[in-house]
Amino acid sequence: MVNGEDSGKAANCEQVWQEISNYIEGDVDADLRAAMDQHFRACRKCASVLAGTENVIRLYRDERMIEVPAGFGRRLERRLAQDGRARGRGWSTWSAWLVPVAALLLIAGGVRWASSLTVAHPLQSEHAQPGKNIPPDMVVVVTDGAKEFHRPGCDVIHNKETARTMTAKEAIREGYVPCVKCMRKYLQIASGERDSSESEIEADAEAGGDVRRGSGR
Amino acid sequence: MAEPNVVLNNPVVAGVTREQELIAAVQRGQNELFYELVRPYERRVYAAAMAILRNEADAEDVAQEAMLKALTNLRQFRAEARFSTWLIQITVNEALMRRRRERTSKMEAIDERRNNEDEGEYTPRDFADWREIPSEALERKEVRQKLAEALASLDRKYREVFVLRDMEQLNIQETAEALGISVASVKTRLLRARLMLRDLLAGGWEQGWFSRLPFEKGSKPW
Repeated sequence: MVNGEDSGKAANCEQVWQEISNYIEGDVDADLRAAMDQHFRACRKCASVLAGTENVIRLYRDERMIEVPAGFGRRLERRLAQDGRARGRGWSTWSAWLVPVAALLLIAGGVRWASSLTVAHPLQSEHAQPGKNIPPDMVVVVTDGAKEFHRPGCDVIHNKETARTMTAKEAIREGYVPCVKCMRKYLQIASGERDSSESEIEADAEAGGDVRRGSGR
Repeated sequence: MAEPNVVLNNPVVAGVTREQELIAAVQRGQNELFYELVRPYERRVYAAAMAILRNEADAEDVAQEAMLKALTNLRQFRAEARFSTWLIQITVNEALMRRRRERTSKMEAIDERRNNEDEGEYTPRDFADWREIPSEALERKEVRQKLAEALASLDRKYREVFVLRDMEQLNIQETAEALGISVASVKTRLLRARLMLRDLLAGGWEQGWFSRLPFEKGSKPW
């Protein structure tokens, strides 16, 4: 407990400490502000607390306090260029729908025609696909004793204490193969059968990444 | 006499900033301009993700995902909001979702228990005269490192509020909305975070962290 060094009429030390953050925010009424101002003039301890708190805020607000990993901006730019091309397109005119609708009709027609001629293609293992559509600069995680590379946060990363990050390109070059769970959307795209939709990715995310393996898509 | 549309079409006269131009262009489908739009905020987006996830690889991935989500949803962005705030809010949401997904129930339980503690009043511990740490000191990596360590030592609930309010410069209401907590909780946690950081850094003087800083005579703020 600190004995107040205040003038008696103004706020006491405990009140000042509890309101000091609001005082800095400008979120105290005029009477309290006047009382606190008076207290700061009289109480060296509380003046020190105020000066230090303001200094803390000023320091951390400085952009130099934010450190990003080397190459962060370049990797972000590449990812946006690769994954962002088809996203957020302005579907503002009815004609913009024509391209995908026509493509869907063509694909549907083609599949029907193909299945009328022959049996469905045998299922391909997702492992057999190199994941060529994985953005090469995507940050991935590899661990000792495992052959797969994962997206950070994948819940089937084993031996996590040995985890290290690299780009997808490096992981592939070192012989790692994409995890069928967290890299699923890229493997599906690579299969050429259909694009993975945003809602599907979201659904996976919401379901905690619970994917149906071997569904033969 | 100038025709009205001349005035409207002149970005300078109409007060249209480069950012607003970029937003409009990307909304029209020029996705290739999106990186230019978000570049000024990329570091802050990363910092927001890092404050919640505390793992570089996860934070970078979430930052990228948040940017892609912002691109996807840019048409929903309303001009009356600050673009940077909107971007940070998307990032915080993505990071919180990622954390929820990854944490085991055991870890959550521990976290929740810790989260329910220490909501009471905080008494400053150090009353020595505060020697101001000048902004120039941030040029030194060791100073940034000490400040980062002090921040990292705070409990999650204090660190998150402090980062969003004082580093990302969201206002109190925006911070509350981003984290899904009440305005009163933001204020309580912010007070505590600021006072704890001050105490931690005041201790740094005694341990000599900042002893080689180039202080000028009479630079004390009190």
